[in-house]
Amino acid sequence: MKRVYVNEDWCLGCHLCEYYCAFANSGETDMAKAFKLDKAPVPRITVEEGDGINFAVQCRHCKDAPCVKGCITGALSINNGVIEIDGSRCVGCYTCVLSCPYGCIVIDEKNGGKTITKCELCTRNSAGEPACVANCPNRAIVFEERGED
Amino acid sequence: MPVNFFPAQFEVIRNTDKCIKCRACERQCSNEVHFYDADYDKMLTKDAQCVDCQRCVCICPTGALKIRPNENAFRESANYTQQIMIENYRQAGSGGVLLSSMGTPKDYPVYWDKILINASQVTNPSIDPLREPMETKVFLGKKPSTIKKNPDGSINTELPPHLELNIPIMFSAMSYGSISKNAHESLARAAAELGTYYNTGEGGLHKDFYQYGENTIVQVASGRFGVFKGYLEAGAAIEIKMGQGAKPGIGGHLPGAKIREDVSRTRMIPMGTDAISPAPHHDIYSIEDLRQLIFSLKEATEYKKPVIVKIAAVHNVAAIASGIARSGADIIAIDGFRGGTGAAPTRIRDNVGIPIELALAAVDQRLRDEGIRNEVSIVVGGSIRSSSDAVKAIALGADAIYIGTPALLALGCHLCRSCHSGKCNWGIATQRPDLVKRLNPEIGYQRLVNLVHAWDHEIKEMMGGMGINSIESLRGNRLMLRGIGLNQKELDILGIQHAGE
Amino acid sequence: MLLKEGEIRIPSGCAISGFISRDGHKLNGSDVVKSISYMHDRSNGLGGGFAGYGIYPEYKDLYAFHVFYNSNTAREQTERFLDRHFDVVNLSRIPTKKIPAIINEPLIWRYFVNPLPTKIASSQLDEKEFVAQCVIRINNDIDGAYVFSSGKNMGVFKAVGFPEDVGEFYRLEEYEGYAWTAHGRYPTNTPGWWGGAHPFSLLDYTIVHNGEISSYDANRRFIEMFGYKCTLLTDTEVITYIFDYLNRKQNLSLEDIASVIAAPFWSEIDAMEKTDPEKAAKLKYFRNALSSLLITGPFSIILGYTGGLMALNDRLKLRSMVVAEKGDMVYIASEECAIRAICPDVDNIRSPRGGEPVIVNLSEEGKRKCL
Repeated sequence: MKRVYVNEDWCLGCHLCEYYCAFANSGETDMAKAFKLDKAPVPRITVEEGDGINFAVQCRHCKDAPCVKGCITGALSINNGVIEIDGSRCVGCYTCVLSCPYGCIVIDEKNGGKTITKCELCTRNSAGEPACVANCPNRAIVFEERGED
Repeated sequence: MPVNFFPAQFEVIRNTDKCIKCRACERQCSNEVHFYDADYDKMLTKDAQCVDCQRCVCICPTGALKIRPNENAFRESANYTQQIMIENYRQAGSGGVLLSSMGTPKDYPVYWDKILINASQVTNPSIDPLREPMETKVFLGKKPSTIKKNPDGSINTELPPHLELNIPIMFSAMSYGSISKNAHESLARAAAELGTYYNTGEGGLHKDFYQYGENTIVQVASGRFGVFKGYLEAGAAIEIKMGQGAKPGIGGHLPGAKIREDVSRTRMIPMGTDAISPAPHHDIYSIEDLRQLIFSLKEATEYKKPVIVKIAAVHNVAAIASGIARSGADIIAIDGFRGGTGAAPTRIRDNVGIPIELALAAVDQRLRDEGIRNEVSIVVGGSIRSSSDAVKAIALGADAIYIGTPALLALGCHLCRSCHSGKCNWGIATQRPDLVKRLNPEIGYQRLVNLVHAWDHEIKEMMGGMGINSIESLRGNRLMLRGIGLNQKELDILGIQHAGE
Repeated sequence: MLLKEGEIRIPSGCAISGFISRDGHKLNGSDVVKSISYMHDRSNGLGGGFAGYGIYPEYKDLYAFHVFYNSNTAREQTERFLDRHFDVVNLSRIPTKKIPAIINEPLIWRYFVNPLPTKIASSQLDEKEFVAQCVIRINNDIDGAYVFSSGKNMGVFKAVGFPEDVGEFYRLEEYEGYAWTAHGRYPTNTPGWWGGAHPFSLLDYTIVHNGEISSYDANRRFIEMFGYKCTLLTDTEVITYIFDYLNRKQNLSLEDIASVIAAPFWSEIDAMEKTDPEKAAKLKYFRNALSSLLITGPFSIILGYTGGLMALNDRLKLRSMVVAEKGDMVYIASEECAIRAICPDVDNIRSPRGGEPVIVNLSEEGKRKCL
């Protein structure tokens, strides 16, 4: 399965992936507008920084995913290897947030934290391919098959 | 605070309707122009620090930024321009020599733009490069004056050492130190993929790049940094740098701040010490000394590698080139005065030397007049900006060209001419690790390959138009050129006729 | 004012024709005139010419100079020069026939000469080089004099006009030789100068050429390094000098010269590296060491030399040229009609590939008879 990988050698810590991620999932067609609305969209990728090393983290789409196992309503499910969130079933219990070893489940502040959101590899938005990958200025984030299923 | 005698050179214009305060500009600006003010909840700028490198503009996700020259106007005259005034204020403040980078911005004639190329009509068919072979392979080195035969009567095909180029374009010398390791890696990999050469400059050869030796020209300059037997043997050719177009008669100075661990090891000098290349080679005070160095290097490498002598285009370049051609050099590289540099005294860069077009025309003609054009190949650099410049250079008589600035442009350089600050936001002319990593060689090398391929396509189109299907038939073919708006003296030196003749 | 050859480069299209009797039979000059006349439309009346080999058997060891003079002053000056450097065995006007189609003829003289051994010795050149240098000096230095033929036992005849008229003017039916070439010229812009007509010759090399080479100035500027002076600015002149340089001075065979001036493409050479590495190495050597003598752009040429003819097309074959045989005869022409005109039942008519040289030499019997 193709996954998103980050090479910290090339990650500049510019945080643009976060903005492109949030925008891609905002449903808006203009980036400025997306961020100027009352509530800014929430990125599903986060750049970790420190000691001159930066790298972006987002859902690893674990095969044996603790978040899916722990979800009390079945809102999280695995579809063709991609862990997806069904917002209509999420009750905002944050069990998944606690159980994710990578810290990659994001509380959706845009709707007041009522539900969680997470990376779905841009399979359910109009970006076509992961927006963080397409817009990384230094090719630090790649979307590729590494045979790690 | 003392009075600031001159204002910021540039103004950063931010469209607040578009700015989403992502702060990418702030994080990407090594000059610390942009900053976020929490009280205003706004991005603000310190315009005076801006060098107009365009990094923030290029990276801004919403296109909210632009940079323009400060419109503040001095009471300038045609004689005392604002630029001259600022330079004097600057020197009055610092007491120092003005430093600049890249090629001169002054309005000297660009002869390339006053030369037009021919095309076939009726009497001679043009050739479509998509349908017919179109050849750009070039060999650089000495050609034999007589064809020797073996005892059995067959041709003796042994030749002095040559460089073989698939495309008559090489990357000119830029040292590791003046540019980053990632920039070097991009150049080396691109040269290998293209079947051409890059040049180490005088900074030695990083141990990681010995693998690209077949596509490397190793330079020996007046500082002799990084030169040892293994280095000479690693390259495909050795270039003796006598001069550089942007700063003829001047040595080099890489500040100690740029001599970090890797650079220090590669240059074979202590960390943190300034790397000073003397103005002359202190073992070359005349042409006979040059001959000795050429043959020392040939001895050291068992006559297996061509030796290039690189000179700046200066007033008597033709006579100098003639001397070099008779000194055992295989290739002469001539660098024009509009060429780039990592750092040069401004007055030198802007006032010393002559344009490459005139230098090339004079050298090629002189060597032919003396019947020694076969002794050397000619490579020219120093502001060849496009494929059409390259075609014109070859038609004037060059065997191949060196590109420096266009290669840097491919890597992201926006010619802000601030290389000497060491804070290159594009990760090119810097050794700061956080900046160096901005140039991913994976991207860089591909862009270089693309650039040269694109030029190659265009060169082939122009050749086809002229009815020429091999680059050697273009070399020195000055009948394919016409001048436009040039006076008779200029035409005579270029050896071309005026348009309409 | 219109500039003549040498003052301006004039592109031209053309017709060429030539033939040789391998066994050295005597062929009358009228045949070659007839042959070229069938390609009348390929010339425009601004130049025609012929070269005949074996036409001066009685003087076969002497250099035959054909010279145009604009004035008697030029002639006297040239003759003084000739007297200083040569033993002039015979001199006369070249016999011509006044015809309405040929006008403005210069003085046309012929000299059979032997270079003075003392002069050769003091010049430290070999005999041919000495003669060639003398010819170049007359053409460059004596205003109004132009040596247009300078080989042994051969001669060039050329003028402004259609080739068939030029043949009649020079009374070619009175000459017999074992090989002939002819040229009809179609320059696009010239007042027509007699010296600018073809064939162009140096010593016994003559070239008739149809085409317009795009490598001209690259070739010219290179060959001029070796003592040649391209005064006419024509393709034919530079091609002749290239042949002279490679064949006479560098001792390259005609086949090898074809590989230099119409070199195979790199793709062919690369493919050859497996099948015939030695040949590939040689071709690669040529394309490196002699790269400035590659000729690109359209050309079809017939080179005449003592004892043979060679035909060659540019490597893309951008000009027509056919070759045919009949018995010991070999015919070469721009168009088949020019061959059929004089030999209706030829055999083996074919169109050589671009860059493929066709070299025809006298047979042993022919050499015995003619050389």
